[in-house]
Amino acid sequence: MSAVFEVLNLKKAFGGLVVTNDVSLSMQPGDRVALIGPNGAGKTTFVNLVTGALRPSSGEVQLGNETITKTSPAGRVQRGLVRSFQVTRLFQDMTPAEHVGLAVLQRTGKSGRLAGNFLTRADVMQEVIELLEKLGLASLAHRKVREIAYGQQRLLELAIALALKPRVLLLDEPAAGVPQSDTGRIEEALADLPPDLAVLMIEHDMDLVFRFARRVVVLAAGTVIFDGLPSDVTKDARVREAYLGSYANASHHA
Amino acid sequence: MSADLKVNKAADNAAKTERLRAGFIQRDLIGFAVIVIVAALGYVLFPDNLALLTRILAIALLVLSLDLVTGYCGVATLGQAALYGSGAYAAGILSAHYGVTDPLVMTLGGILAGAVAGLLCSIVMLRAHGLPQLVLSIALVYLFHEFANKASSWTGGSDGLSGITLDPLFGIFEFDLFGHTAYFFGVALLLLTFILLRALVRSPFGMLCRGIKEDPVRVRALGASPHRALVKMYVISGAVAGAGGALSAVSTQVVALDSLSFTQSAEALVMLVLGGTGSLFGGLLGTVIFMLFEDFVSAANPFHWLTMVGALLIAVVLFAPKGLYGTMESAYARIRKRHDGEARE
Ligand SMILES: Nc1ncnc2c1ncn2[C@@H]1O[C@H](COP(=O)(O)OP(=O)(O)OP(=O)(O)O)[C@@H](O)[C@H]1O
Ligand SMILES: [Mg+2]
Repeated sequence: MSAVFEVLNLKKAFGGLVVTNDVSLSMQPGDRVALIGPNGAGKTTFVNLVTGALRPSSGEVQLGNETITKTSPAGRVQRGLVRSFQVTRLFQDMTPAEHVGLAVLQRTGKSGRLAGNFLTRADVMQEVIELLEKLGLASLAHRKVREIAYGQQRLLELAIALALKPRVLLLDEPAAGVPQSDTGRIEEALADLPPDLAVLMIEHDMDLVFRFARRVVVLAAGTVIFDGLPSDVTKDARVREAYLGSYANASHHA
Repeated sequence: MSADLKVNKAADNAAKTERLRAGFIQRDLIGFAVIVIVAALGYVLFPDNLALLTRILAIALLVLSLDLVTGYCGVATLGQAALYGSGAYAAGILSAHYGVTDPLVMTLGGILAGAVAGLLCSIVMLRAHGLPQLVLSIALVYLFHEFANKASSWTGGSDGLSGITLDPLFGIFEFDLFGHTAYFFGVALLLLTFILLRALVRSPFGMLCRGIKEDPVRVRALGASPHRALVKMYVISGAVAGAGGALSAVSTQVVALDSLSFTQSAEALVMLVLGGTGSLFGGLLGTVIFMLFEDFVSAANPFHWLTMVGALLIAVVLFAPKGLYGTMESAYARIRKRHDGEARE
């Protein structure tokens, strides 16, 4: 099977600090990849680079058979490369229904409509409510985002990404800040994803990683140091060193 | 899940949807009614001052157009009169130089010219953000002003454009000396615009624009291009401002250079901030208060009227930062919440 998402020799430096150092990664349809690594390893930067929020110093990004390295961020989303944010980015005065509705309309090319209110349109709202229900947000559908708990905002972030029906989904710590009691919802939503969707999830919670991933990629100091099966990751000497190293460094500073 | 439950839920959602729709329409109707009532009051109370009232209507359109880009999209501009003036000159020139004297066609010409001016301004302004963007808007309105000044064979330059003649509206209603026809025409134009804009701001596109104001990165992550949406909004805003300019040309039958001025742009922004951004209602309220205040105070005390406007503005910005309408709205929401709370107990 051919890759749906391919990153080739991606590099990025902020000033003198090399944050992404020659990263290559390939994903097939249906992949469930966990991207892990110590704090500051460059995981979020990687997502920013491939989605076009940041411009890489060099390297290429391909989606399907298309090179998208120079495509606008919006264009990449339209082609099916969708991300969620590590820290929620939501419109405070809008409701979950409006967020998800806007995503649905955007996907179907109707977000530029100058009239009509989708909140009163049954066909759009049915999809919206179904998605919100899946994430346990249906009862909050018409509340303003500023009035709902942070954990629920995280779930909404996921609902928006799903509403865009991506081909490749990049999730940046979807469970961070979600209370333990609600992480089940995230896992259910993830288990329920279309089988041919390729998902890359950044996550610190190793239990979640092991339940979700069929492949683990470890990033340390901007470099991929491991790419393989979950069962092998803890046995890998370099991985252990990277995690220990980051702790050792931290204790040096202390 | 049982089929029963699903049916129930669907019905529940439908009911919620229906309530929402009713709420939206109710607010539109209230807005519509308020404009009609205020317009009728103005007509009855100030029959000798219809020229002023019509001017208020024209400026209200300018302020509404400003609310679209500033209030809904977060683009700060001190050059909105460039769009308004373009509409005024287009309508005027159609009549004075081309013999197009049908007021409706002239207005359409103004709307079109405003939209084109909006497109031009957006292409320049959207290259920058924040303060540089504000400076670009000022530069643009000066350029438009200077262009109109230089092209005096078309615009009359600093003498203003005169020689505008008008057919009766619909071939029936003469534009009379007292300004009755112009006033009713203006009220109709404002009502129509208001209803269209209310629909616009809660359309998917309107929602997208509010999103852009808050977080363009998020909007891009939804797959929408903020730049394209802003250009579109600018064109719409230009059309609305152009309608205002055309109304001013039709009602006064002259177009002066200051319709294209920085001062006019700045005053429009003051009116918008005074009333409150991002609601359309606020812009209308701010326009009426500012212009009546200007008229009365400048007549009573021509030397200090600007001082008083300054003081009023400082008071509003400090004590009611959401503007007069915005503050009233939040107060109303608080009272209702408290009332609901008590009712539940
Ligand atoms: N815009 C920026 N300018 C300068 N340095 C940056 C910028 N963004 C990130 N960095 C630096 O790049 C490094 C990698 O950051 P990044 O956010 O990608 O890490 P991460 O792996 O996502 O970490 P975490 O697990 O804490 O989310 C960090 O040292 C960070 O300080
Ligand atoms: Mg991160």
